[in-house]
Amino acid sequence: MKKAFLALSDGTVFEGTSFGADGETIGEVVFNTSMTGYQEVLTDPSYKGQIVTMTYSHQGNYGINEEDIESGRPWVEGFIVKEPCLYPSSWRSSDVLLAYLKRHGIVGISGIDTRALTRIIRDKGAMQAVISTIDGHPLRLVKKAKESPGLVGVDLVKEVSCEKPYAWSEGLWTIEDGYKKRPSKGKRFKVVAYDYGMKRNILRSLSNAGCDVTVVPASTSAETVLAMNPDGIFLSNGPGDPDAVPYAKESVAKLIGKRPIFGICLGHQILSLALGGRTYKLKFGHRGANQPVRDLTTKKVEITAQNHGFAVDMESLKGVAEVTHINLNDRTVEGLAHTKLPLFSVQYHPEASPGPHDSQYLFKRFVEMMGRG
Amino acid sequence: MPKRIDIKKILIIGSGPIVIGQACEFDYSGTQACKALKEDGYEVILVNSNPATIMTDPTLADRTYIEPITPEMVEKIIEKERPDALLPTMGGQTALNVSVKLAESGVLDKYNVEMIGAKLPAIKKAEDRELFKLAMHKIGLDVPRSFDVRTFSRAIEVIEQMNFPVIIRPSFTLGGTGGAVAYNRLEYEDMVRFGLECSPVNEVLIEESVIGWKEFELEVMRDGNDNVVIICSIENFDPMGIHTGDSITVAPAQTLTDKEYQILRDSAIKIIREIGVDTGGSNIQFSVNPDNGKVYVIEMNPRVSRSSALASKATGFPIAKIAAKLAVGYTLDEIPNDITKKTPACFEPTIDYVVVKIPRFAFAKFPNADTTLTVQMKSVGEAMAIGRTFKEAMQKAVRSLETGSFGFERKIRIDRQEVTLRATEAEQDVLRQMLKTPKAERLMYICEALRSGMHVDDIYELTKIDRWFLNNLRDIVELEEGIYWQSRRVEGLSPQLLRKAKENGFSDKMIAIISGSSEEAIKKSARDAGIEPVFKTVDTCAAEFEAHTPYLYSTYETPFYKVSEGKGGLPPLIEKVSACEANPTSNKKVIILGSGPNRIGQGIEFDYCCVHASFALKELGVESIMVNCNPETVSTDYDTSDRLYFEPLTFEDVMAIIEKEKPFGVIVQLGGQTPLKLAVPLEKAGVKILGTSSDSIDMAEDRFRFRELLDRLKLKYPEGFDIRPDKKAFEAGIFEGIRGLVSRIKYPIIVRPSYVLGGRAMAIVYGDAELIEYLKKLSVSPDRDLDIYADHFLSNAVEVDVDCISDGQTFVIGGIMEHIEEAGVHSGDSACSLPPYSLGKDTLDEIRRQTKLLAAGLKVKGLMNVQYAVKDGAIYVLEVNPRASRTIPFVSKAIGVQLAKLATKVMLGETLNELGFTEEVIPLYTSVKEAVFPFLRFPGVDTLLGPEMKSTGEVMGISKDFGGAFAKAQIAAGNRLPSGGRVFISVRDDDKPEIIGAARELHAMGFKIIATGGTARFLKENGVEAEGVYKVTEGRPNIVDRIKSREVDMVINTSFGAKSAADSYSIRRSSIEMGLPYFTTIAGAKAAAMAIKAAIKEGLDVAPLQEYHKRLSGQSKGAATGITLK
Repeated sequence: MKKAFLALSDGTVFEGTSFGADGETIGEVVFNTSMTGYQEVLTDPSYKGQIVTMTYSHQGNYGINEEDIESGRPWVEGFIVKEPCLYPSSWRSSDVLLAYLKRHGIVGISGIDTRALTRIIRDKGAMQAVISTIDGHPLRLVKKAKESPGLVGVDLVKEVSCEKPYAWSEGLWTIEDGYKKRPSKGKRFKVVAYDYGMKRNILRSLSNAGCDVTVVPASTSAETVLAMNPDGIFLSNGPGDPDAVPYAKESVAKLIGKRPIFGICLGHQILSLALGGRTYKLKFGHRGANQPVRDLTTKKVEITAQNHGFAVDMESLKGVAEVTHINLNDRTVEGLAHTKLPLFSVQYHPEASPGPHDSQYLFKRFVEMMGRG
Repeated sequence: MPKRIDIKKILIIGSGPIVIGQACEFDYSGTQACKALKEDGYEVILVNSNPATIMTDPTLADRTYIEPITPEMVEKIIEKERPDALLPTMGGQTALNVSVKLAESGVLDKYNVEMIGAKLPAIKKAEDRELFKLAMHKIGLDVPRSFDVRTFSRAIEVIEQMNFPVIIRPSFTLGGTGGAVAYNRLEYEDMVRFGLECSPVNEVLIEESVIGWKEFELEVMRDGNDNVVIICSIENFDPMGIHTGDSITVAPAQTLTDKEYQILRDSAIKIIREIGVDTGGSNIQFSVNPDNGKVYVIEMNPRVSRSSALASKATGFPIAKIAAKLAVGYTLDEIPNDITKKTPACFEPTIDYVVVKIPRFAFAKFPNADTTLTVQMKSVGEAMAIGRTFKEAMQKAVRSLETGSFGFERKIRIDRQEVTLRATEAEQDVLRQMLKTPKAERLMYICEALRSGMHVDDIYELTKIDRWFLNNLRDIVELEEGIYWQSRRVEGLSPQLLRKAKENGFSDKMIAIISGSSEEAIKKSARDAGIEPVFKTVDTCAAEFEAHTPYLYSTYETPFYKVSEGKGGLPPLIEKVSACEANPTSNKKVIILGSGPNRIGQGIEFDYCCVHASFALKELGVESIMVNCNPETVSTDYDTSDRLYFEPLTFEDVMAIIEKEKPFGVIVQLGGQTPLKLAVPLEKAGVKILGTSSDSIDMAEDRFRFRELLDRLKLKYPEGFDIRPDKKAFEAGIFEGIRGLVSRIKYPIIVRPSYVLGGRAMAIVYGDAELIEYLKKLSVSPDRDLDIYADHFLSNAVEVDVDCISDGQTFVIGGIMEHIEEAGVHSGDSACSLPPYSLGKDTLDEIRRQTKLLAAGLKVKGLMNVQYAVKDGAIYVLEVNPRASRTIPFVSKAIGVQLAKLATKVMLGETLNELGFTEEVIPLYTSVKEAVFPFLRFPGVDTLLGPEMKSTGEVMGISKDFGGAFAKAQIAAGNRLPSGGRVFISVRDDDKPEIIGAARELHAMGFKIIATGGTARFLKENGVEAEGVYKVTEGRPNIVDRIKSREVDMVINTSFGAKSAADSYSIRRSSIEMGLPYFTTIAGAKAAAMAIKAAIKEGLDVAPLQEYHKRLSGQSKGAATGITLK
């Protein structure tokens, strides 16, 4: 078994076993507490630039299947697990996690104390890290981590956004039929979705809710979008720092007031910036499938899937938008709506995948908004 | 929503005695509920007949009724207390069933009592299988195809439409009692008949079998604002077809993709909403087809359950406490998470470790029981283990069971050392058989099959255990092989492999066995190589937030490094770090060793004592550290002690904690045999044992040293003989030697093999032929010698149990209990009365004197229990245990003094004088303890009591006199004493004169007596009218026919010797199946007559424990005073 090292910028070095491709990788190391859904996590473009450690100790148990993917390839910069499974067991599995990582050139490490790592990230914040299977020199690796640029101010969206527009028709997964094209019953809405690093389950959710979606690259101008004459505009999730994609903010600013808008995650942050607000970086972010969020209008709590390192500062949006959802763990903003215009956004992931389905109602809310508008 | 202020007084119903299917988990839930509601200012009224529970401690509820949990008695309590609300979801199926009855009979309406948590329609919808099926279909979920039948003929009709195997599930029974799998028509007919009998509503469900499908459970909570969260997912290692209580289970679910898991989650949420459980926790079981993911809903428990106790311990989320809070109106987002303190309880716990629960069985106690695991629960306890990986948790779980295994030990060719096993064809057949038919030790046989080279796919085909689990077991077996070969190299075991073995959960002892080394040597090489355990926290959140509750488990992790640039040209600094989260304090601290998994003979009583030790330490300002591995218990609740280590109770695991914590001392005398047997090795390792020394413990356990002590103290004991026959001669059929050996023996004798402890394989032998028979049975075990211990058996002696406490100076009797059943019936199985109901003052004073001598002789510091036999005015010492006994909670409740707490304080150096307990308390009221047995679950097993303990639990009855207390104890134990009808009497000749009184009494109360020939004649001769009835061998309709035709209401039947016992077996068996009260001793029959008289004449009134205890303080101090030891 080949050795691998994980070095953090604070000088911590873990020695483990290579779990994935050979080589070296650099990224911001973060932890995800979801006990299921490694395949969805790996293929979520929002993880671009990040090395992900899963807090649950066994990964790869049910192998790799062709369905549970959120994009065409894994995006994580590296993957860290305590105990990988080499003999997966699932009727849906067609591959082993290790082989999949190797095939996609993802460098990983296994057999390390992932709980200790998680506690370091919790106490000191997300930080830059290196995984290497080719360099065993601890000090040199730490130095590489320290000298790497980090996420702040880096435009990662351009690396994950689609190159040209495409139409989407696949609906949500069921165990009987897999992903089926949803029959168009009732009124369908035409939605243009900005791809900042889109998870497919958002598209599937929109499709199920009654939207015919056209996905456009992040750099698409407001004029181009409006020329498509959509009923509503959707702003997707995506990786990194919202301040690093000024072009997205500018386009959205031009769309405000023109059409109903719904944003998720990075889309929520970009919308906030477009409304004149500010965002800030959280110490270690929220990544998992168990985050409690209160819908301030219904007072009900939904358990949500989350994956974000930045958050919106509501002070900066005073009088423009109001908070609709808050995180009950740390009281940060999880959703907002414009005080007058038909636009709203959430920081978390109502499309789940992985995670609970408590928040699917938001897609309906968007459709209702378009129905009124 | 804040808590409700329109209700002030809440009644909580407990689950009664420990039985298979309902154990300590409901003490845990009830205790949490009492605490949670009192904390919020509610007045809590509690009813539970089980004195061994923490919840029935008089400080936990405002008024504690130790009364039978029957609708009649609970109605009396409601009438007296007039509670505003009833919380029915904390006491298992017992509480739920009684609550349903009270609601349906209109009692709750009559007294204006509101059911909170779950209301009647929701309970009905979840429990009634037909309604449940309809509800599931309504929300688009599938259940296995099934038919509800209420008659045998309907069952015959529906079977035509189904394929075998089918599952038979009686309605409203706990732990699946009466449930079975039928593979053919003949079995089906028998099982349906039995199932219809078992169901209190005579209803069974005939269900399509999904045997072999994967089984999952979700623990769900809902609040009044309709917020729903999943606390834990559990995947069963054993697939569908084995009751979840008998299955090895694992948290979290291992083999579901997120998409598949979310199907279960969505379904669970829909189910709890549709069933309409307003608030609280529910357990929902699903089965999943391993080939296509098809999901069936199996069942839902609209209450906290064994699985919710497990889920609570597995995640750190206190389900019962939160459920109680939700029941009074709080919502999940208003309740803080105790562990993180700053986040709310409204979230879904996530874990970064694996939890394995493993059941413990007691089939050795029930020789003729069917040991195949099926849909009816048969295990008596469970252990849980936590590890960072499944392999580690699994191996820890195996050694937590305390069945003598420290890992996966060999099952076939146990004499061979090699790990790889080329099994012969015959051995392969054995293995295949053991895999195909699930029994208690299947796990061990799976490993053996893997050693023999059997392919995982073949094992899967035989067991349907998911390949993920099997592959993990294969990894363990492969590691075993690696250890075996490497340890036989010149260089020996490498540190790398040793670390890998430890990370995979191997115990030092197991590594020693495989490598042919010793436990000490393995530990030393591990420590030399820097391999040592670290402790991690159970924190509900996978370390996302800081935990404020030290709830810990051990694991092995590879250390990592902190590197920094060397200053001034020096080389870089590299520091090795192990992330241990134990962070021991520098406080004065004491470790309490718990009692491990429940088993017959060691259960909740000892957990009660350990919890009291923890309370006492808190009062003394000493840090309390609990070590235990039983997930059902109060002791493993994270807020019982200052620190909790959820760990196996083996020397290795306990020492690791001691080395980390460096306690002032360790308490071993409160947790039963489990910690006691660690006393000597711990002391050898330099650990301070608090209280009575390990030398005294040894003196009491070693029969030779013990006899010396008794001789020195001039105390009588039954004459003992050591019988050591020549095994070879014996096997050759030469019994002459034995006759010679035993010629000086005075029969009857009570015998046991020299190698077992605690009553296993004990028997009373009345003559040579029986002795040879007994030895023949023993000689079946090839690896055992035939040495047995024998004591003269004192027949017809009265047995007395004494609990006392001593600080080394002062000595005080806690309680003297007179057994109802004569000596020879295991003390744990016999009913007893405190104070004694027939013994005279002189005898009792002599017992006091002898007890004092023994306490002084053994230099007891803490608790001691003595068993005596009183025969013809003479007192014989049978046994002394210098530790907490099973009766401590019963005595404590009877006398209103918390003995285990006092004992703890004494062990820490306080004197009884300082503690103010210097006088024996002799209450003016009577408390009776009665045992409860699992016979109904084991068809074919004889119910006759003997020296081997068979009861799983106990109940207590309190009343102003013996008759009333005995009546209550009988009712609480499920023996419904009749107020009229027919009593069947058949007694052996010796007993005939003795039975007349009871028979006359019963006859006078209007009972008709029926009796077999001899007994009937004798009764008639003595003026008691009796109708004759055939014995089983005499013709038909005989007594068994009449019992089965429900023409008999009570059975009195004594027998002598093995032959007579075998003759009357069918009478006892049919009585138990028909639910009749039956008495197999004269003393029991007499007590029953007194009880029926008390119940009929005066009726049974109810009173809370607090009221009884108040009477004690008012009672004149006529009791014997404390004696100062010389």
